[in-house]
Amino acid sequence: MITFRINGRAVETDVDNDTPLLWVIRDNLGLTGTKFGCGIGMCGACTVHVGGRPTRSCITPVSSVTDADVTTIEGLDPEGQHPLQKAWVDLQVPQCGYCQSGQIMQAAALLKDFAHPSDQDIDAVMTGNLCRCMTYVRIRKAIKKAAAELRKDAANG
Amino acid sequence: MARLQDRTDALVLSRRSFLIGVAGTGVAFGFAAGEGLAATSSAPVTSRFDPTIWYSVDRDGVVTVNIIRAEMGQHIGTALARVLADELETDWNKIRIDAVDTDPKWGLMVTGGSWSVWQTFPVFSQAGAAGRIALVEAGAKLLGVPVDRCQARNSAVVTGDRSIAYAEIVSRGLTRTFTADELAQMPIKAASERRLIGRNVAAMDIPAKTNGTTRYGIDATVEGMVYARPKIPPTRNGAKVRSIDDSAARKVKGYISSLALEDPSNTVPGWVMVFASSYPAAIRAADLVKVDWIAGDGAKISEQDVLDHGKAQIADPNGGVLLVDDSGLEPAFRGASSTLERTYTTSSVLHYQLEPVNALAFEKDGIFEIHTGNQWQSLILPVLAKALGLPQEQIVMRTYALGGGFGRRLNGDYAVPAALAAKALGKPVKMVLTRPDDTRFDSFRSPSIQTLRMAFDGSGKVAAMDHHASAGWPTIVMAPGFMAKGLYGKTYDPFAIAGADHWYSVGAQRVRALSNDVANTAFRPGWLRSVGPGWTNWAVESFMDEAAHMAGVDPVVFRIRMLDGKGRNAGSAPSSVHGAKRQAAVLQRAAQKVGWGTAVPKDAGLGIATTFGQERDMPTWTACVARVRVNRSNGVVTVEKLTLVLDAGTIVDPDGALAQVEGASLWGISMALHEGTEFIKGQVKDVNLDTYTPMRIGDVPELDIEFMDSSEAPVGLGEPATTVVAPAIGNAIFAAVGVRLRHLPIRPNAVLKALTQKS
Repeated sequence: MITFRINGRAVETDVDNDTPLLWVIRDNLGLTGTKFGCGIGMCGACTVHVGGRPTRSCITPVSSVTDADVTTIEGLDPEGQHPLQKAWVDLQVPQCGYCQSGQIMQAAALLKDFAHPSDQDIDAVMTGNLCRCMTYVRIRKAIKKAAAELRKDAANG
Repeated sequence: MARLQDRTDALVLSRRSFLIGVAGTGVAFGFAAGEGLAATSSAPVTSRFDPTIWYSVDRDGVVTVNIIRAEMGQHIGTALARVLADELETDWNKIRIDAVDTDPKWGLMVTGGSWSVWQTFPVFSQAGAAGRIALVEAGAKLLGVPVDRCQARNSAVVTGDRSIAYAEIVSRGLTRTFTADELAQMPIKAASERRLIGRNVAAMDIPAKTNGTTRYGIDATVEGMVYARPKIPPTRNGAKVRSIDDSAARKVKGYISSLALEDPSNTVPGWVMVFASSYPAAIRAADLVKVDWIAGDGAKISEQDVLDHGKAQIADPNGGVLLVDDSGLEPAFRGASSTLERTYTTSSVLHYQLEPVNALAFEKDGIFEIHTGNQWQSLILPVLAKALGLPQEQIVMRTYALGGGFGRRLNGDYAVPAALAAKALGKPVKMVLTRPDDTRFDSFRSPSIQTLRMAFDGSGKVAAMDHHASAGWPTIVMAPGFMAKGLYGKTYDPFAIAGADHWYSVGAQRVRALSNDVANTAFRPGWLRSVGPGWTNWAVESFMDEAAHMAGVDPVVFRIRMLDGKGRNAGSAPSSVHGAKRQAAVLQRAAQKVGWGTAVPKDAGLGIATTFGQERDMPTWTACVARVRVNRSNGVVTVEKLTLVLDAGTIVDPDGALAQVEGASLWGISMALHEGTEFIKGQVKDVNLDTYTPMRIGDVPELDIEFMDSSEAPVGLGEPATTVVAPAIGNAIFAAVGVRLRHLPIRPNAVLKALTQKS
């Protein structure tokens, strides 16, 4: 039995230790916002946070998150109103949308590390997230917009 | 395309009467389901009201628009609902979208070819106008004033300072019939009266795509389903299973069984399905199941065989299908003062839509349900019927968002094995392909080879042009009913040659399309974003650049001279008014924007190209200037900027249109520089992102995209920008370092080799 927390809720699962976290999240816990793309950690569609760090859940054995905090797109913000999510809507980022949970989770981690991300910062951190619709131009803009929003909140808070 | 539209209910429906009547909790608006129902305009219809419903208005005034087009990133539901809502004079906040499941009443269900807005715009405009007129008539009566004193605005009928809401009118009941003739004469609003079309709108599908709640096919579940992963046979066609050994798989917890599929439709010959109680168990078990196959003939075929065959086809003056065959071509070449002949090739390209293909299938209450994202339901339903041995009426495809279409899901072949497995097991089957399974089963873009010739007369004027193109033909393999008629009674795949029949006036012209039967049998060639225009324009526009340089004329001037809008290039209503003149206009505008002709730094260069998008019947006039920098030491080409100008007629949703062009133009770069694979002995070489390398965020250049202001008929935008970028890049490389690349993708090694040969 493996126990961990997902989006603040304690869960336990009796799957094999080496089962990829992705399938536990999607099929056992029913949180389907996290997506399956390449299965080798190179497209980023399966990105979640483990202990606050972006992690490719398709190549992460579930046993390795024992007692850890896992956050998925569904838990990023209780109302789905994280500054990134708002910016994604404002700038009409998604096309097919399939990669966007992963993009947003990766970007959320980026914003913790870079309060004022440059194009180079964004390119470096987001390069592992493939967007097949190629919404990259808007992803860049939306990350900057969300960063500005967060800085404003920090200044006011 | 007209060829396709002739077969669509878009036109057929418009020859039917339009019915409005009480249905359910409101009023439904749609075409008569049967031809015989066309009654007089005064006939009551409530007693036999069974229209093909395009939309309804309920007693709260909420308008529900039925969308038959797949949502795959183009926000098509929003754009089409805008067209309807504008004409209906509806409050946009009252609009809802219903992405409908398959039903014969919808007619042809297909989402591709950049057709959706072009085909639906006239239908929804008329349907909206008919609804508006009926509501105004009924509202006027309720208000006790003549109809001509009323107008519709913002979901209400207004006269002076009095008004009655649509909700109220609908609550009182409403019936009305319009004859086909009345519908054709429907007073569609003038462009100046539009209140929604042409203005930005928040796409209705986007919020759910930021919080993980959008349901894609891969998210579909049903009680009691088992998971399945296939064993993909060594060849796409003709493989047979000799034996299955699952002894190692039996040790996997959750493994259920393996099964060789019996497929009466011959869609997935040689497929073995591996079942398990979870998907990770299915992945693991399938890795351990050993299948002994007899491979099909494709196992002997590789990429070069396809190209060699194409080369032989081109060299043989017989064979193929002529689309254009002007008299005087050979004399023009014989009498030419100079000629140019060049051959261009392209490699296989994968779809790599991010959501691997998948389907959930089960039988319920005598109906076989297929839950999956799909772009061409009408194409796969008859195949499913054959596979399952059921009439089509007993099969329904449930609609889901697509995790990328790009043409992959026009070919719904992946629905068949899931259905067969569910039938064989007698329980619901959820089949998901891993990425390597998906790419090995892809109907990828065929390799292509094209030879172009041009003749110049004594005055240096272009006197003739000859274009021969050989590639796999998706349509002959998958949708023979959609083949187009060429000259001399032969048929051809319009999607595999469009672009070669360009709008340049070149004197005597010949265009010959060659079906590469080696490709067609070795694998299943697919429609991939922009299809043929993705390779024909690579050839045409690289060749135009070469020809301009040979003639010693600026490439823009050279093209403009031939975009004269004369003869067959004059254009016609409704979709190509002013013809090639509009192509000349976008080309000039793009050149102007970049300051064409001004100096650029060493090893940088500007390259220009222009296309008409997808097809002559609905040209999206497109021009692109690429600015590249070439690294002479390693051959790497960096695209620094793309400048695109498009004339797509009326733009329904400007920001959505921009998003399509952003994505499509980056696809153009990705296919020109970053993608491309190779077919080797029945399989593609690259099966995942470790070796297949689509464009990433750091590769994205500056984009400057402009739409020409126009109120002409709207055409398409999903693909046109893809068609123009590769030749612009190739031409820019020539401008930068003086080497000509004639193969896609352009790899650094090829650039280095060309530089070495030049020096």
